[in-house]
Amino acid sequence: MREITYAEAIREALREEMKRDERVYIIGEDVGRFGGCFGVTKGLWEEFGGERVKDTPISETAIIGSSVGAAATGMRPVPEIMFCDFMGVAMDEITNQAAKMRYMFGGKVKLPMVVRTPVGGGLSAAAQHSQSLEAWFTHLPGLKVVMPSTPYDAKGLLKAAIRDDNPVIFLEHKMLYGVKGEVPEEEYIVPLGVADVKREGKDITIIATSMMVHKSLEAAKELEKEGISVEVIDPRTLYPLDEEKILESVKKTHRAIVVHEAVERSGFGGEIVAIIMEKAFEYLDAPVKRVCAKNTPIPFSPPLENFVIPQVSDIIKAVKEMV
Amino acid sequence: MYTTMLRIRRFEEKVVELFAQGKIPGFVHSYIGEEAVAAGACAALEPTDYITSTHRGHGHLIAKGGDLKYMMAELYGKKTGYCKGKGGSMHIADVDLGILGANGIVGAGIPIATGAALSSYLQKNGRVALCFFSDGASNRGTFHEGINMASIWKLPVVFLCENNMYGISMPQKRGMAIEDIADRASAYGIPGVVVDGNDVIAVYEAVKEAVKRARSGGGPTLIEAKTARWRGHFEGDPQIYRTPEEIEEWKKKCPIKRFEEKLLKMGVLNEEKIKEIEDMIAKEIDEAVKFAEESPYPEPEEALEDVYA
Repeated sequence: MREITYAEAIREALREEMKRDERVYIIGEDVGRFGGCFGVTKGLWEEFGGERVKDTPISETAIIGSSVGAAATGMRPVPEIMFCDFMGVAMDEITNQAAKMRYMFGGKVKLPMVVRTPVGGGLSAAAQHSQSLEAWFTHLPGLKVVMPSTPYDAKGLLKAAIRDDNPVIFLEHKMLYGVKGEVPEEEYIVPLGVADVKREGKDITIIATSMMVHKSLEAAKELEKEGISVEVIDPRTLYPLDEEKILESVKKTHRAIVVHEAVERSGFGGEIVAIIMEKAFEYLDAPVKRVCAKNTPIPFSPPLENFVIPQVSDIIKAVKEMV
Repeated sequence: MYTTMLRIRRFEEKVVELFAQGKIPGFVHSYIGEEAVAAGACAALEPTDYITSTHRGHGHLIAKGGDLKYMMAELYGKKTGYCKGKGGSMHIADVDLGILGANGIVGAGIPIATGAALSSYLQKNGRVALCFFSDGASNRGTFHEGINMASIWKLPVVFLCENNMYGISMPQKRGMAIEDIADRASAYGIPGVVVDGNDVIAVYEAVKEAVKRARSGGGPTLIEAKTARWRGHFEGDPQIYRTPEEIEEWKKKCPIKRFEEKLLKMGVLNEEKIKEIEDMIAKEIDEAVKFAEESPYPEPEEALEDVYA
């Protein structure tokens, strides 16, 4: 099968959905001729024109706010916020408008919109350009939250998200944009709410998201040499969450570690741990562990950043402590 | 427009009374005194046009054709209300009537209206979005971002600031250094118009002109309608920030009385006709209250519905 990058996969999803449905449009800062800060929308402006690939002034509030208004009136906007860290500037539009409008109106409106935004560290971009803020969004009923780790998933999930009638927060990892993977030429969809077993194993389950899926797979490969068999589950969407697949795996391996790049405190990992404790406690041979970023802002200097963000060695160490 | 203003006034009077009796939960923000703005503005719109409203939204919704029964039932938190009891006073919407919702967040409707206008523009359906907001909202970032974006793309939207001079207790004088909010239009390269917000004809004319401009591709207009709310920010507000005399002065400028006198002089109205309209509205309101009171509350489990489509 052909291999394309994560960024190319996302671009293909956008292109295909814009061709399929003329209500779909892109809006954001520098998404047009410039092609997006990470080059994801490159070429779409030339193909679809400025009406459907809309360059905006620096106005996160209006990018999301106008998308809410347009989605409520028959369009399917795909706004881009250049860095997830900037979502704070549009947080009222996310929390009080997009997430709640359908509910507050008694179900009388649909808000089909997908907010694409990059998360994650690794570029020495420091504390205001490196966060993983998925827990902000999973805490808000009314939103769906998607976090793909591979080009295949990114394309299939984005297509599903664009066709979904709810506001979806689509979190892309900036260090994954250049990563290649197999993506079929033919059309496919990855439904929201279905986790993927990225690697089968029998001694321990790692539930990992986004970039941490790759680091966990690397750790699993190392551990295999020492005779430890690791199963890696990628939820792919945090809401809806495929609890069943996670629990099924834990019941099989009897041990679980949650690995994510967001800081540990009040992170989404706590939610997964709670689900396992409530629904599979009697299957556990050891307490569930978390491997997450340390509870600090993301620092600039590479050795500091590497220390704060979980590394393969941290995952290996955690597994060895448990098995 | 006369009937609309009167309908708003009587509805609000009833709501104030019912709230005082403890029949309506939550907060109520009365629109009494500002009726000419909603009535004049919505009269200049087509039924398919959109509005975005505010936390003080009852008047806008009635002027855009909202059904008093469903509004009252929503205020009561009943299942039959516009939002099945999930929205209440600050969140009533009827997308079929182009009402994209009252909004509990000051200034939040501004970019939403820009989005509705962008949607009309992309779908080429000729609809205009009219955004109600107030003096307090004009100090928020949403005001700048929403109007700037609408202006650069010449979107079909009318920004209508109902300047009632107070953001809760903050008088306009202390909240901004300018006198006319319409002056801010120049920052976006769009027309800024000041109208007497208690003169329903003046509001209608200004909005009509702005709607025409919007629909023909001329882009947005910022209209500032100067008016006043007679009651507190919310029911129960002690209003320590202004004098009773100030309110009395505004009552003398009642937009309904003023229009009524004009229509009487013109011979369009007479006492008999006024009584007829009053009776009709009284009946509508009685029916709305009866409907609300007789309607069932939602089942508690219904709280879990309508979160996702």
